[in-house]
Amino acid sequence: MFTKELLDQSSQLRKKWEDEVKKIVAKQGDLKERWSTVSDLEINRIYGPEDIKDMNFAEDIGYPGQYPYLRGCQPTMYRGRYWTFRMFSGMADAQTTNKRWHYLLTTGQTGLSTAFDFPTLMGYDTDDAHARGECGKVGVAIDTLDDFLTLVDGIPMDKISTSMTINPPATILWAMYCAAAEIKGVPLTRIGGTIQNDMLKEFIAQKTLMCPPEPSVKLISDTVEFGTKYVPRWNTISISGYHIREAGSTAVQELAFTLRDGMEYVEDAIKRKGLHVDEFGPRLSFFFNSHIDFFEEIAKMRAARRIWAKAMRERYNSQDPRSWWMRFHTQTAGCSLTAQQPYNNVVRTATEALAAVLGGTQSLHTNSLDEVLCLPSDHAVQIALRTQQIIADETGVVNTIDPLAGSYFIEALTNEMEEQAWDYIHKIDEMGGMVEAINKSFPQLEITDAAYKYQQQVDAGEKIMIGVNKYVMDEEIDIPLVEIDDELEKIQIERLNAVKRKRDNKKVKECLQDIKAACEKGDNVMPFCIEAVKNYASVQEICDIYREVYGEYRDPGVY
Amino acid sequence: MADRRIRIMIAKPGLDGHDRGARVVARTFRDAGMEVIYTGCHQTPEQIAAAAIQEDVDVVGLSCMSGAHNYLYPAVVNLLRDQGADDITVIGGGIIPERDKEGLKAAGIKALFTPGEPLDSLSEWVFKNITPRE
Repeated sequence: MFTKELLDQSSQLRKKWEDEVKKIVAKQGDLKERWSTVSDLEINRIYGPEDIKDMNFAEDIGYPGQYPYLRGCQPTMYRGRYWTFRMFSGMADAQTTNKRWHYLLTTGQTGLSTAFDFPTLMGYDTDDAHARGECGKVGVAIDTLDDFLTLVDGIPMDKISTSMTINPPATILWAMYCAAAEIKGVPLTRIGGTIQNDMLKEFIAQKTLMCPPEPSVKLISDTVEFGTKYVPRWNTISISGYHIREAGSTAVQELAFTLRDGMEYVEDAIKRKGLHVDEFGPRLSFFFNSHIDFFEEIAKMRAARRIWAKAMRERYNSQDPRSWWMRFHTQTAGCSLTAQQPYNNVVRTATEALAAVLGGTQSLHTNSLDEVLCLPSDHAVQIALRTQQIIADETGVVNTIDPLAGSYFIEALTNEMEEQAWDYIHKIDEMGGMVEAINKSFPQLEITDAAYKYQQQVDAGEKIMIGVNKYVMDEEIDIPLVEIDDELEKIQIERLNAVKRKRDNKKVKECLQDIKAACEKGDNVMPFCIEAVKNYASVQEICDIYREVYGEYRDPGVY
Repeated sequence: MADRRIRIMIAKPGLDGHDRGARVVARTFRDAGMEVIYTGCHQTPEQIAAAAIQEDVDVVGLSCMSGAHNYLYPAVVNLLRDQGADDITVIGGGIIPERDKEGLKAAGIKALFTPGEPLDSLSEWVFKNITPRE
């Protein structure tokens, strides 16, 4: 990419610089021996033209909106439209969450994102023994369409897009969203949003589990097919790396496992449903972490765009450029935040958000300072949202697209991460694919190795967490903590019982039988789910059908 | 000197699937020379108590990040006691607000290890406070 003359010049000047460095280090030493990212990727003291000399400008870098989209999927990026300010949010019951949603919208967020409680995430109703003690603690409790309609009360479903973080019961919650839209008179062709619906990463990392891998992937392909036909503005999968990273993986592992999961879904939709890759390709979306190591995250996101574009075009012979775009949502890293000196978390979230923006994210959630301890308070979530708005409207980073392109360091790091990610991807290919790799516990053990190593490094003071192993203070945590009332569980159970008394139970039974038949025959479950939820079948009633037909998966406890 | 190694079961009660802490702690105890059993996620208190008794462990370490600890942790203690196994020590970790710690200790949780604890301090505590049961 550079002329021989330039490279010769650089070589000479670099040698001069190296000589100076040697003198200084001999006299006073460096601050430490090894300089690495939070993922333990070693970083050089300096980068120059020689580090990226083999790049081909047109093929590897180019311009935004040009394959392989290193600099962005879309030609105008933030000048045309900011990333969506999309705060992950959910607490207690539907009414409380609806209130928080309206608060966030009036505070300036531009997209919705749903956090459900554990019973809902795991496909249990609030009255099940498994749900005891868990109602509303980490997100909103949804048992039936009755709750869901309260959740979306006053939300203009034709104007705002909604993401739902839901995995095993994704078909059901999406069915509720579709049913709610129809009730509000908004056609399915107009609703926009995302269901996370990425089971592979559940087995690898997040562990909201229900059925084994194979039928889980089948249900996902059902949603891909249904969305392709009837809900064209919906992203039916948010292929996720966030959780893989939170579980302790390195940035390269997050990158590799996420994209390889995506490839697994592409292959299944083609094989099982006979879809052409371009029928659903444009609606696949991604979800990455933005962790504390600033440049590593930017390089990771840029590498992800290039890898996905290449995979879609070369592996799957996609012809539609829209299928080549790696569009993604980002969340700042929960695991980088500390319970100690929680106000420091505002700074961490801010730099992580900045990295995501410089990485070209389409959508962003910023963590609140108190989320290490509890669900976020109004005030904490306001600061988190303002963080995004300050970056967008004050810092000037949106004035130009992909400002770090051409940086010797950023391009070298992007290349290195891409290369290491491909190594993992090919390794998983050789194992027979991601489902096979999961069955062999490969990604899970890689992640635990990385998590354990990192914790040992923190304990040894090799990796710093301010407030935890450096600048430690004896202090009282004095921030207000959000508490979810234990009494809520009883109220929610009463609500559920009232719905069950009022509904046509005979009709519900028929709907559940239809779902069962669809599962047994291998038909698409979505139309039957929509019918069932309209008749107020509950989340668990439908999930119990899945468990019955497909079996239950138990976390094998690999460590 | 004890006849056998300390047997510790790491368990995740309730629906919370955030298991990074549990996995890292399990490895810590393993590398410290204990016999470790890790149950995996989504165990009911009943399953944990039954497994602890069946596996004849000395300690049960509970991990929960979802805020359901006030119900789940004492439930495990009570079940062990009801089945005559209250010589099995129960300790816990996770996202436990300060205000809940006293109640959990009163309910029989012998120690709580929350974010920021160095791994060594966990194994040190176990070696100091636990002798293998007969």
